[in-house]
Amino acid sequence: MTDSLTGGGSTGGSLVGRNLLAGAEDDPAGDAGHTGHPPRVGFFTDTSVCIGCKACEVACKEWNAIPEDGLDLTGMSYDNSQGLGASTWRHVAFIEQSKPLGHAHADVDHSGTDVLALAAEIPTGSAAAQPHAAGAPDAPGPPEADGRTELRWLMSSDVCKHCTHAACLDVCPTGSLFRTEFGTVVVQEDICNGCGYCVPACPYGVIEQRPHDGRAFKCTMCYDRLGAGQEPACAKACPTDSIQFGPLDELRERAEARVTQLREAGVSDARLYGHDPDDGVGGDGAFFLLLDDPEVYGLPPDPVVTTRDLPDMWRHAGAAALALLGGLAAVFAAHGRSTATTRRFRR
Amino acid sequence: MSGDADAHRGQGEDVRHNGHRPYGEIYEDPARLRRDGSISDVTKDGVRGERPGRAALVGGHDLTGGRGERGAAGSGGRHRGGRAGRKRRKGEQPMVPEAEFTSYYGRPVLNQPAWKAQNIAGYFFLGGLAGAGSVLAAGAELTGRPVMARALKVSSAASIAGSAAALIHDLGRPGRFVNMLRVFKPTSPMSVGSWLLAAYGPAAGTAGLCAASGRLPRLGRTASVGAALLGPAVAAYTAVLASDTAVPAWHDGYRELPFVFVGSAAAAASGAALLASPLAENGPARTAALAGTALENAAVKTMERRLGLVAEVYREGGGGRWMRAAEALSAAGAAGAALLAGRSRVAAGVSGAALLAASACTRLGVFQAGMASSKDPKYTVVPQRERLRAREREQQQSRAGARHGASDGEEARD
Repeated sequence: MTDSLTGGGSTGGSLVGRNLLAGAEDDPAGDAGHTGHPPRVGFFTDTSVCIGCKACEVACKEWNAIPEDGLDLTGMSYDNSQGLGASTWRHVAFIEQSKPLGHAHADVDHSGTDVLALAAEIPTGSAAAQPHAAGAPDAPGPPEADGRTELRWLMSSDVCKHCTHAACLDVCPTGSLFRTEFGTVVVQEDICNGCGYCVPACPYGVIEQRPHDGRAFKCTMCYDRLGAGQEPACAKACPTDSIQFGPLDELRERAEARVTQLREAGVSDARLYGHDPDDGVGGDGAFFLLLDDPEVYGLPPDPVVTTRDLPDMWRHAGAAALALLGGLAAVFAAHGRSTATTRRFRR
Repeated sequence: MSGDADAHRGQGEDVRHNGHRPYGEIYEDPARLRRDGSISDVTKDGVRGERPGRAALVGGHDLTGGRGERGAAGSGGRHRGGRAGRKRRKGEQPMVPEAEFTSYYGRPVLNQPAWKAQNIAGYFFLGGLAGAGSVLAAGAELTGRPVMARALKVSSAASIAGSAAALIHDLGRPGRFVNMLRVFKPTSPMSVGSWLLAAYGPAAGTAGLCAASGRLPRLGRTASVGAALLGPAVAAYTAVLASDTAVPAWHDGYRELPFVFVGSAAAAASGAALLASPLAENGPARTAALAGTALENAAVKTMERRLGLVAEVYREGGGGRWMRAAEALSAAGAAGAALLAGRSRVAAGVSGAALLAASACTRLGVFQAGMASSKDPKYTVVPQRERLRAREREQQQSRAGARHGASDGEEARD
């Protein structure tokens, strides 16, 4: 990385033909020096089946022994953890919207339906219940007067994206953050000196310094479990398989199939986020299927790894430093040698 | 706690946390209580108008049906544009049309660094003062201005020591400072800076000690030349340190920020020179003060133009206040340096102090502006959204252009 930095292009970020700072990259673990490493793994979080149970949050806290960091009633729907941070490595977002979800008729007027009467009509005993015409509304009823009957509840379990080009890793001055053989990004807590540079570098607002500890913490994708051939705790705990863990290539294929399926089912909002190896961070190791714009979930719509522009930054800083040196030299040259006599004479 | 709901008027949130009120009060008309302000405006749909940081809502549509936010239920989003009309400063046209955007309950997209203003802005200021000071000191020595040279060597040594102390003090684990020198990483401006300080610090320190004690003049001369060559890098690299983050006000200004910083550093070092040198020697310091101030202010203006929407944080709030103070102080300092500092020792000292203060204000302003831009999701979401839209438009146009040759109608509509 050292010797190739100088030749970087400012926009493409290709460093002597190799995409070390930005752009598509097939093998981040290999570029970090791992040989004979396992395939890159990741998360595919399919938010369309998330039920907001927070089992992932709990499993993550328990497995990784993360300290308690506040149990707040935030007023943000059912969200108690507010966002990712030093002690929140999985965060379930809850969004309430007045929009239908696909073909679902959320605005059906059930006010005329007497459920007790319907229940009484169902034959008891072994006879199978017949679908009742009165129970199936044939047409969506009119929305109520205040227009608030359509509601969809979006839930999404957010996590560290384990970027292909991870800004936190690039800017870490101690080498505490490193790329594992699985292509994930992990903090070595015995090396971190709490400089906090990774915190503003992350374009997703994931990593954070833990108060009273000082060091930076974030999701490790359960590095210890991966090493033992197990899936991360959150994916293991997810009851709906909203969090899917596996080799990244496989997950990307599965995600494409899922988004096609949803669109065919009428969920036109469905889109993938972070799956594209050509995006600003070279694709995420943890990517998502979302049902609305990313910013609705608190995700940046077009994140770019800050180090993409680093060669250009060094060039500008170099120019500025030379300007300072040259400028001050010119000032002294213009004023010439000071001799007490000339000075006194001028006075 | 009293039975009368009116007693709670104006107390707002306090009442919400009180779970021991008499039943009669709980079952009063909640809408009326909210209107009175006697209970918190928290409904089952969330918080209304309680927390300024959470004003932007999800969904991207005004789901209150234009009925305003108070008392209107629904999970909807509020357009940002409604509020900005009031916030705008008098007699000033908005540079950028007010942006509409959505966010997750107004929560920031980015995490804010735990950096303390006095540490990091102080580090920027002292690093600049030391770096540019070493260059001025070498120039003064080479052109026969011994008092100025000695003063600046000492001030550079003291500043760089203070700057390193501020940096170490800001670490979450100060005892592990040496881990900074575990690796050399050009992708990490902080690593580069640590090594730079490791080289520059001893050079500036030696130069300062030799100048103060008057011993080992040859070593002192070598050290001051070394410090003068490394000094500009010390003054400029801190701009990369700030820019190489996802903070919009820092990253998007990465082209101009190094020039802001070296300009500010030159002004600060000239200020120190004006404070410490006799009139017979301060000619170059006066010129350097003018040049540094001019460069700094020109770079700030260019940066603000480039930043567009994000430039707000350099004009408003805490960042804006510091930047305005810096502008006023540097104007006063530069004017004093140019017009009076050649004739009056007192005027030279006052101008020098003003220039030093201006530089400190600039660093604080840049720091606070960056913090403000990372706290508000607007500055993350809106520019990225615009970038996406521009890219989509480009793709559409190139596709349309490929199909129809020239399609003027579409472009005109855009």
